[in-house]
Amino acid sequence: MTTIDNGVNVQALLDAREVLKGAPEAAQFTWRASSKWQNGVHSTTTIQNFFGLGQEQSHKSETVFTADHPEVFAAEDNGITPIEYLLVGLAGCLTAGVASVAQNRGIQLRSVESTVEGNHDIRGILGADSDVRNGFNDIKVTFTIDADASKEDIEALVAQSQKRSAVFDALTNPTNVTVEVA
Amino acid sequence: MLERGEVANSWRRERWDSLRLLTPNWQSRLPGHRYEGPDPDGYMTMGEVIEFIERFAAVSRAPVRTGTDVTSVRRTDDGYHVTTSRGEIGCRAVVIASGACNRPTVPQFTDAVPASVLQLTPFDYRGPTHLPDGGVLVVGASATGVQLAAELKRSGRPVILSVGEHVRLPRLYRGRDVLWWMDASGVWDQRHDEVDDLTRARRLPSPQLVGTPERGTLDLNVLAATGVELVGRWAAVRDGRALFSGGLRNVFSLADLKMRRLLDSFDEWARAHGREAEVDPPERFAPTHVPESARWQLDLRSGEIRTIVWATGFRPDYGWLDVPVVDAKGRLRHEGGVVDSPGLYALGLPVLRRRKSTFIHGIEDDAREVIDHLTRCLAVRR
Ligand SMILES: Cc1cc2nc3c(=O)[nH]c(=O)nc-3n(C[C@H](O)[C@H](O)[C@H](O)COP(=O)(O)OP(=O)(O)OC[C@H]3O[C@@H](n4cnc5c(N)ncnc54)[C@H](O)[C@@H]3O)c2cc1C
Repeated sequence: MTTIDNGVNVQALLDAREVLKGAPEAAQFTWRASSKWQNGVHSTTTIQNFFGLGQEQSHKSETVFTADHPEVFAAEDNGITPIEYLLVGLAGCLTAGVASVAQNRGIQLRSVESTVEGNHDIRGILGADSDVRNGFNDIKVTFTIDADASKEDIEALVAQSQKRSAVFDALTNPTNVTVEVA
Repeated sequence: MLERGEVANSWRRERWDSLRLLTPNWQSRLPGHRYEGPDPDGYMTMGEVIEFIERFAAVSRAPVRTGTDVTSVRRTDDGYHVTTSRGEIGCRAVVIASGACNRPTVPQFTDAVPASVLQLTPFDYRGPTHLPDGGVLVVGASATGVQLAAELKRSGRPVILSVGEHVRLPRLYRGRDVLWWMDASGVWDQRHDEVDDLTRARRLPSPQLVGTPERGTLDLNVLAATGVELVGRWAAVRDGRALFSGGLRNVFSLADLKMRRLLDSFDEWARAHGREAEVDPPERFAPTHVPESARWQLDLRSGEIRTIVWATGFRPDYGWLDVPVVDAKGRLRHEGGVVDSPGLYALGLPVLRRRKSTFIHGIEDDAREVIDHLTRCLAVRR
């Protein structure tokens, strides 16, 4: 097999899988974000630290995310709407999955592009119709992938990346959410 | 040989009334014993299976002590001490052949299901007439789930089938039983030390197959065409509502892709081994049809569903085994049936030595190798 390189260190992931099989405590991660209200529906959320492998960890640098609503919602549009961040998460996760699985299967990728569409009936959040849910009604992701592989192998890559995706799981399955006042 | 019930106990007590084997008659073979009836391509009823195994026990003069429940196996200095409902036994070696399917597995959230809904496992289920009228939610779309969903739908009940990862197969491929292909092309003989991901292979669900005189396919497209409603994997219960995964489309894709890959490998095998003349031309099957919008919740208190049938798999029970060889997930630690304790062996577990290990015809090769190890061990230790 010619060496292929999608820039994913699959060996490190496979090694981690073996190590964590026998050390479930080390596999417990906590991801954290801290948010602050600015004004109106505008807020900023910063992310830097998380917990994992038994200790505090840190990203190389802090990232600040701005959330707001668009002008059609009579807001200032300082940033994307919170629900759009879910699309960012989904696209990022599935794309990372495609690259990792391709690396593991010896498939060289040349380009991976995707569009993500979330259909949202906003009568739910406005309280205009109690039968309409608040969240997305459905989400559609369309990948366009150029790689040294058959159409079928590419479909299998995309299927496997969903199977192993944290965000796909978080969106398709219910999660317990606790919201408290400190 | 100690047996708590009778010969062929699991087939007598732990199966539903209409069940037939999903493996064809010609494939039902035990050492020196095979099906000799008029319908080699048919599928045995439970009565026929019981008779088949009883006959094997008789002709092989298996020294079976029936009605003998093993309640404990403990290690001693030179072997094992076995406590049974009929007394104590000391022995140098023990072969655990107590089965891979002693208990139905059910998810943790069964407690959260409202009491107004009757819950059954395949061990409780005999047939549709024993169920209350009204809707049924069948959970799990492997062999048991698809068969029970089809039978319940035929009884006139509304049926919803909750589908997680599954193995899709046509009953016939290119005019031959799909299990003929598994057998002839060598897939079933694939050894445990050749399989890519053994843990995964051992957890593989049973294929969506049913044995009927018509030799028909029973995949999700067939079920949907009869009016069975497909929903995603049951993920949780919240406020009396069942919540199903929104990932249905992907479990369809995974199963379709895997089936296509398997059929490709059959075609390749037929070409490479000059078997094209024996079989019909290659076929491809329509992808699993994705419902316009699968519902992702169901109010369990609404009365829409009166019964839940858990077809979520089976597991072995080692409650009687007082030797520390069972892992945190309840699985026996073994290497090809050689258990992690001298003189202790196992047979009949998933991919014990080969992909066919848990099937009736799979035992012969495994047993020969495991018993070979056992006799060599005993000879050395003597
Ligand atoms: C629903 C279903 C359908 C199946 N369909 C097929 C099929 O179509 N074709 C096929 O080839 N295979 C099929 N199988 C797999 C089938 O289980 C095996 O082929 C075969 O029965 C395994 O035989 P076994 O002797 O290993 O286990 P079992 O048949 O489970 O026998 C184990 C025996 O051990 C006894 N036992 C257990 N614990 C104790 C104890 N503590 N003390 C004393 N005795 C004990 C039990 O009473 C039982 O008789 C099916 C399985 C299930 C669950």
